Amino acid sequence: MNPFHLAVITAGVTQPSSTRLLADRLTAATVAALAPREVVVEVVDVRDVAHDLTNNVLTGFASPELQVRLDAITEADAVIVATPIYAASYSGLFKMLVDVLPQDALRDTPVLLGATGGTARHSLAIDHALRPLFAHLGALVAPVAVFAASEDWGSTDAGRLGERIERAGRTFAALVTGQPRVERIDPFADVTPFESLLSGASR
Amino acid sequence: MQFGIFTVGDVTTDPTTGRTPTEHERITATIAIAKKAEEVGLDVFATGQHHNPPFVPSAPTTTLAFIAAQTERILLSTSTTLITTTDPVRIAEDYATLQHLSNGRMDLMMGRGNTGPVYPWFGKDIRDGIPLAIENYALLHRLWREEVVNWQGKYRTPLQGFTSTPRPLDGIPPFVWHGSIRSPEIAEQAAYYGDGFFSNHIFWPASHTKQMVELYRRRFEHYGHGSADQAIVGLGGQVFMRRNSQDAVREFRPYFDNAPVYGHGPSLEEFTRQTPLTVGSPQEVIERTLSFRDYAGDYQRQLWLMDHAGLPLKTVLEQLDILGEEVVPVLRKEFAALRPAHVPDAPTHASLVAAAGGGHDSTVHAVDDVTGASPEATQPTTPDSTTSTLEVSK
Repeated sequence: MNPFHLAVITAGVTQPSSTRLLADRLTAATVAALAPREVVVEVVDVRDVAHDLTNNVLTGFASPELQVRLDAITEADAVIVATPIYAASYSGLFKMLVDVLPQDALRDTPVLLGATGGTARHSLAIDHALRPLFAHLGALVAPVAVFAASEDWGSTDAGRLGERIERAGRTFAALVTGQPRVERIDPFADVTPFESLLSGASR
Repeated sequence: MQFGIFTVGDVTTDPTTGRTPTEHERITATIAIAKKAEEVGLDVFATGQHHNPPFVPSAPTTTLAFIAAQTERILLSTSTTLITTTDPVRIAEDYATLQHLSNGRMDLMMGRGNTGPVYPWFGKDIRDGIPLAIENYALLHRLWREEVVNWQGKYRTPLQGFTSTPRPLDGIPPFVWHGSIRSPEIAEQAAYYGDGFFSNHIFWPASHTKQMVELYRRRFEHYGHGSADQAIVGLGGQVFMRRNSQDAVREFRPYFDNAPVYGHGPSLEEFTRQTPLTVGSPQEVIERTLSFRDYAGDYQRQLWLMDHAGLPLKTVLEQLDILGEEVVPVLRKEFAALRPAHVPDAPTHASLVAAAGGGHDSTVHAVDDVTGASPEATQPTTPDSTTSTLEVSK
């Protein structure tokens, strides 16, 4: 069986970053739940390509460094995202990455949502900001998502975050197995014949 | 192989002086640049078409006809002609007129235009860009080839018994290129008709160009116009040169950093690495241009963007001197030595006339409503070879 390709987008900017920590733990939980399936994980840390994202927005094309990451996301069998919540929504850098993804890059791709914030009062940002965004992109958004507030990392209820992460990984793995990924159409390999274009038909 | 320049016609503030040229200065500079291009031995001058500030070339055939009248050799073209928002009937008429006035010393390049608001000003919608390009060009293609056209489409008033005048010079429609960056439909369109394909290559990585040119070549062969390596390909380029590389970089950097398209984004170094932009010595430009062949194959036309981003006219004319004296003669020789014999040159009016077995006058005379008589019937038949009274340039 081919290895399973899992792309992980993390948009934390501090070093170390709690967003990256959440992304890593969601990844570990998913990989564990997918066992014994071989999983190839590609982590896209948005901070590494922050300038490239600005340049892409301005020029319309990706630098080679950014292109590798966009390809990894587009070609993944499933994607885990983790963003800090700034001003009631995903971070601007995170959205810039989403903005420069090729059209339909995440269509029919299972996506697990994660977010971090200062307090649990921001937890609904996953549902009012992230979920509509990924619905718009046509992704298969996992019903179970994880929000990690600062207090979760040091809580005496230490089991709680761990349990939520484990459950998210387990249900995400269930979602992605048995979901054969839809092949992407390459418009350069599979061209619409001109007679069809002339008669006004599109693909 | 043809070498030339293409202009966007932007009116841009010179970032080093803060001075913005007037429209009049920009338009007259365009003429000076075109004449200089001929003087330094370039083969092609092409102008864009825009209908919004900060651009001046809204009436390209007026400008090109004016240049045609003051030049002798240089081939005049467009970069691009807006096939989406310009009525194909007007394109047929305007460019056929230019073809007569320039003795066939012209061709055109179709493009869609990427400025959303321009479309509704002409009653169109940018979301229909591709279907408009397909339908309008299909009509234009017929208008130059059929004397009487009955036509009905989706985007324009139907035509009943319409004859586009003047008929093409010598009965040979102008050669057409189709320009696009990433739309496979346009490469497919160019391939279907056996027209040229131009990749304006300048603001994007080579991978885009390679993908489009390969598709066009493959489909050109599929439609039976020749083998893939005989397809007619043109590429854009963008250069700034001084004898010493460092001087070129120092002088061009403020123009780069403030340029309308890529300014305030990537650094000059990043952009030159990732796109065909070359800022350096004439030798560096020669080497970079020759490297285009590695991914585009043997191609027929190389155009450079030279007069943009607020560069003063004096600088542009100096750049053209360097291009004509030091770069193009070397490139001509090198490309010619690399090109296999079965790869054709870009078609010209003369080569198309020769391929058609000679020119013929295709004037359509009106029929008298009352008597039904046509002046054609009362005139002696004109010999085919002498109908073109003006000499056809090479």
